[in-house]
Amino acid sequence: MIEVLRAGILTSVQDLGRPGYRHMGVATAGALDTLALEVGNRLVGNAPQAAAVEVTMGPTALRFTQATRVAITGAQFDASLDGKPVHAWWSLPVQAGQELVLHGAVRGMRCYVCVRGGIDVLPMLASRSTDLSARFGGLGGRALREGDRLAVGVPQARPGAGIAVQAPPFGVKPPQWCRFAAPGQEPVRRGKHLAGAERAVSLRALRGPEYESFAADAHEALWSEEWRVTPQSNRMGYRLAGTALARDAQDELLSHAVLPGTIQVPASGQPIVLLADGQTTGGYPRIGAVIQADLWKLAQLRLNGSVRFVPTSREEAVVALAEVRAYLRQIDVAMVMYEERLQQSARAA
Amino acid sequence: MPFFEIDAHETPAMTPPRIFPFGDTALVCEVPPPATLACQERIWAMAEIARRWPHVVEVVPGMNNLTIVFDPLEADSATLAGALATAWESAERTAPASRCVEIPVQYGGEFGPDLAEVARHTGLSVEAVARRHAAGEYIVFFLGFQPGFAYLGGLDPVLHTPRRTVPRIEVPAGSVGIGGAQTGIYPAASPGGWQLIGRTAMTLFDPADTPPTLLQPGDRVRFTFAGIDR
Repeated sequence: MIEVLRAGILTSVQDLGRPGYRHMGVATAGALDTLALEVGNRLVGNAPQAAAVEVTMGPTALRFTQATRVAITGAQFDASLDGKPVHAWWSLPVQAGQELVLHGAVRGMRCYVCVRGGIDVLPMLASRSTDLSARFGGLGGRALREGDRLAVGVPQARPGAGIAVQAPPFGVKPPQWCRFAAPGQEPVRRGKHLAGAERAVSLRALRGPEYESFAADAHEALWSEEWRVTPQSNRMGYRLAGTALARDAQDELLSHAVLPGTIQVPASGQPIVLLADGQTTGGYPRIGAVIQADLWKLAQLRLNGSVRFVPTSREEAVVALAEVRAYLRQIDVAMVMYEERLQQSARAA
Repeated sequence: MPFFEIDAHETPAMTPPRIFPFGDTALVCEVPPPATLACQERIWAMAEIARRWPHVVEVVPGMNNLTIVFDPLEADSATLAGALATAWESAERTAPASRCVEIPVQYGGEFGPDLAEVARHTGLSVEAVARRHAAGEYIVFFLGFQPGFAYLGGLDPVLHTPRRTVPRIEVPAGSVGIGGAQTGIYPAASPGGWQLIGRTAMTLFDPADTPPTLLQPGDRVRFTFAGIDR
């Protein structure tokens, strides 16, 4: 069991989401930073889709009633286990009775506490994710509260599951340090960071179905502006602020599907990037779409942070997605090798 | 939700659809307006075909359009686009084998706080608004917006009423409303701008049910008059 001692502003049970139900109006839900969840699950020997605890900003405190193995991935949090610092992107043993405190996000927005066996709540429509707006899935269809108790599932046989719960800590290179995550970007300028100003996060995007119906200066603004993430943003979508994007054509559109990553523009001209909890259909023009490989970066965008859209091609988008999957496969391979090495040294001893 | 007009009885020569990519994971097959039931029936048939394709994870009908979501590392976009074109050609307008779902509605009073406003706008009595609404036969064009929410075609033009200027922060689950040329039922409590004329006790979405939604595309819907509070 995991006891929630302190929930924080928005903490919920999430897995890789609920695909296949959008035609019923059911959002995908699931972890916003799916890459962090996939890595965290691998680090504790889980299947990639196992459920974890998604923590937004914190402060959040969890107590483990059983010995297990955990990994914290995603945003860089000021975190400690019984007062000793815990690093993001590391897999480590936890003893019964220990307390994990996520004091707050230092960089990024959301982290995932992955535990061996996954969080075991009743699957709804083939997923353990919490759909916060439709109020089902996860634990009672709601965000976690102080006093909640989460059951831990039975570990499945898969790569890395043979690593003993009590094996020493180990970590992986976070995706943001990898070349695939920041293609063609200049190194971080030190001065800017000291001033506390994070540079705009670059998201590669494609033109949306209604791109051509926007005015030329809207096209210019879309690709050149640094868009600010407004505090009206949530798991359904990020509402951005900047130059109003005007359309040449003012025709009413028939309702159409929208997806996580869709950049839609309501009458105000201020774009909204939809996320995992976003509605399934809409009627606003779709000026663009963030590519699949960059959706996890959106999850780590902070309120009042800024974002820049970088034009890309469909071919580049496919290559980018292949790079993300290759990074995950490398972790699978590394887990198998580490598991074998631990078993060899156990035999030698 | 955008405003749309449907003429369910129109059967024009259908314009061929446009098939185009949407992001790096989706393709859209779209027939230009106006929206017609004949076209929507082909969209439903196409959706059934596309649902069987490997590596296609979502098949989402919209109003006279269909979006499929696929894994771009497993499926080739151009091949799928070709398959969509073929599916449109082969998608026969099947004879409506649809069910008729009856939804009892208690009109007016605390359940329908905007019934008087709709009556004022249409120039009818509150009783006449409720009777006309309950007399209509509606068709589920597609589901979207929130789980189990059905986009219904067939609202009597006399009842068309603009949305509220100030949307409600919370509309109770089961509320039946009119928004422009549309009528519908809110499956769950949510913010909403429609004129609320009544409420049903029926459950429109239950994730533990199979299927989880009461209504399916193609269903005919009748609102039955359960009573009226003035």
